[in-house]
Amino acid sequence: MTTQTTAPTEEFNGHLEGQKLFKKWYSDLETGRERGEKVANVFVMGNAIEILRCFDFNLVFPEINALQTGVRKVSEDYLRDSEDYGYSPDVCSYVKADVGLILREQKHPAGLIPKADIAIMSNMCATFIKWGEIWERMLNTPTFSLDLPGQRAGNWKVRPGDAQHIADAQWIESQFRDLIDRCEKITGKRFDIDRLAEVEDRVNRMVKHWNNVMALNRVSPAPYNAMLDGLTYIGIMNVYRGTEEGVEYMRRLEESLRAKVARGEGRVPNERFRLLFSGTPCYVSMRRLVELFETWGGVFAYSDYLTFAAGGMDAGEMEYDTSRPLESLAEVTALAAHRGLSNQFFAHERLAQQIRDYDVDGIVFHGIKSCRFVSSGMADTRNFLTNEMSVPSLYIESDLIDPRYWSDAQIKNRVDAFFESLKQRGGSAITAGKEAATTTQETQA
Amino acid sequence: MTTASPPVLDGELDQIFEYCNSLRQAPVPADDQLPEGFVGTIGHFPVYFPEELAHSVGLLPVNILGGGNKLELKLADAHMGSFICSICRSTTEMGLNGSLKMLKGFVTHPICDAAKHLGGIWARNFPDQLGQILYTPQNPNSPGAARYVAAEFQRLRSDMEKQAGVKSDDERLRNSIRVYNKNRRLLRELYRIRAEEPWKVSCTESYLLLRARTRISCEEHNVLLEHALAGIKARKASPQDKPRVVFVGGFCEQPPLEMLEAIDDNCYVVDDDLLVGLRWIVEDVPETGDPVWALAESFIDRSDASPVQHDERKPKEKYLLDMVAKSKAEAVIVTAAKFCEPGLDEQVAWSKHLDEVHVPHLVLEFEEKMNSFEQMAMQLETFAESLLFTTA
Repeated sequence: MTTQTTAPTEEFNGHLEGQKLFKKWYSDLETGRERGEKVANVFVMGNAIEILRCFDFNLVFPEINALQTGVRKVSEDYLRDSEDYGYSPDVCSYVKADVGLILREQKHPAGLIPKADIAIMSNMCATFIKWGEIWERMLNTPTFSLDLPGQRAGNWKVRPGDAQHIADAQWIESQFRDLIDRCEKITGKRFDIDRLAEVEDRVNRMVKHWNNVMALNRVSPAPYNAMLDGLTYIGIMNVYRGTEEGVEYMRRLEESLRAKVARGEGRVPNERFRLLFSGTPCYVSMRRLVELFETWGGVFAYSDYLTFAAGGMDAGEMEYDTSRPLESLAEVTALAAHRGLSNQFFAHERLAQQIRDYDVDGIVFHGIKSCRFVSSGMADTRNFLTNEMSVPSLYIESDLIDPRYWSDAQIKNRVDAFFESLKQRGGSAITAGKEAATTTQETQA
Repeated sequence: MTTASPPVLDGELDQIFEYCNSLRQAPVPADDQLPEGFVGTIGHFPVYFPEELAHSVGLLPVNILGGGNKLELKLADAHMGSFICSICRSTTEMGLNGSLKMLKGFVTHPICDAAKHLGGIWARNFPDQLGQILYTPQNPNSPGAARYVAAEFQRLRSDMEKQAGVKSDDERLRNSIRVYNKNRRLLRELYRIRAEEPWKVSCTESYLLLRARTRISCEEHNVLLEHALAGIKARKASPQDKPRVVFVGGFCEQPPLEMLEAIDDNCYVVDDDLLVGLRWIVEDVPETGDPVWALAESFIDRSDASPVQHDERKPKEKYLLDMVAKSKAEAVIVTAAKFCEPGLDEQVAWSKHLDEVHVPHLVLEFEEKMNSFEQMAMQLETFAESLLFTTA
């Protein structure tokens, strides 16, 4: 078995169409500066893209730039430059790749990355804040720290409109107003609330399709692999958020996956094991890692990465009320921070739910030494889920983009042993024809 | 709360420091050992915790500062990866081995992602305790920040009231603020002496005095500080030929005492960020008006700086150079705890900047559990000699 795509050629190919959009995005970034367009650095968790789009900022995603150095097999060069500069091996490798980029005067394998006129860093990952401070120092980039109150404790439920949600949303709205003032000064443009409503409408449509795409993988066989195909999908969710191109991509993606489900086609021809992947990818070897699982008939039906790295927008009730755009933006942002981002610190709650929703046979935890956001509580979460739900799990360790931490033989041994144990537990029989998830929403054309 | 005098105050200064050192290694006090007026203890992780809120509901705030270099990890390895900083791992160990079971709760902060994960570890392993993340903001600059902090403090106050079974009111809270304001004044005096007459009190002694507040009530600590300051001022000591340095990197995980002693052997540490959370509010908190608002506003506008608090008004390089200028230091010891990402990030930035502005500095990495200091002592000796040679 291989990791080849099973889609017929005439059908929408989410991977290839995604690649085209990525190329266009990088190309626009490179030429945008010549057209006098302003640039904003943003992160995938907790940004204010809806506001930035109203000011026509070109968006740079430093995390995506960093992971692309891994995908293109040049990350080690950037990492070594950063370490030579002084950064410890224990620092986030995305940060180090970005410092390497700065030291190389923004020369990236995908093109020249423009310097930002503003950087938005949220507190959802603590490293974002320190990362922004590096830009302040090395590039004199103006920054805006977007503080999003998160989940405070276990079993912490926030519902739209309750007192805690309102209090948190008011604080976020206050920051958005401050950000709007700054954007007006940087761009010389007036904020247009109607434009915000338009952007939000497009995000709403994207999110509906996205939720359906996520839900379609609850079907067995799963139509896509969350940790391979899914990585392209969330890239589009981030980079094209709030654009017509993004809406169209997600609409066609959902349509093609629905067709696949209707045909009973899975990502893996003979799906035997449905798995959940917790953590971030190892972009230097992700295709290889997925291959190790698919060889055994294992498919990643869900990954929490698709939730937190796509802004938490699949976590329920993330729909903007476009009749009150700014207030609604703050409310949804607060909700996403609670339900889709900061709940990573209480990961057992989300994973327990997704184990049931996606009917998985086991969990694969991928620990990243330099990513405390996903890794610090991982071993404890694994213990908890093993004790509470008796779900089989595998723990492997490598890095986001540092090839020096990838040990192929060791990981293969662990993966093989994991599947042997799953088989001995009875393993999943080859399954097909489960009804498509009924949780998908009505979509707008 | 009543003021109980610590048992050593009639003795010599050395006995006070010995007492403080015993507190450093002391377990969390049991409820039946607490001074009158306290009904229990609440643990809090570094950096800043609004202790006045706990104090006003009869909970003794106990700063959980890890296990030092005497604690062997037996349980935490299965719960936290080896690449996580020592203080998070040893705090988890202390939770799992029962050392913190008497706490009514444990509050952590969004200072870094490992610290936030302690909230989840507490939720999974100690569900009976009030385990929380107090979301202090990483944006203290936008309008509405103080209002948000006030709401967050009020939320915590209410939760602690329920946990303690004690109803706080504004007058009780104002009284707590008064007690802590006195403490702030005494600590400012201690640091003034450190800067002006560093030969009278070493960094290690000052640290032990400060850290004592993590195990006793603020009232007791005030008495302790008053006696200690009187003793320090009366000390007959002469200046030695040592360079004046600022120490940074001690805002969360604590360097071993032996490391501070090695620094004292070679330098006068005239300012530092050790346990900066206990000194976070740098002026008196208003003792009139809404006390929660007074604390929130003070967090925003009367506060110190650290590598784990973003504040546009306090660029990290600027506040470090301010520390250097105000204390008339000639050099900086820039440390970071092993695996501490914010500290390691800051270490690079600080050392680059100090190079640019030609301030001599020494870069050190430490870990709370380290127990070999020979090499570090040699580095410090060489550093101090080079400074003295340069300025001679």
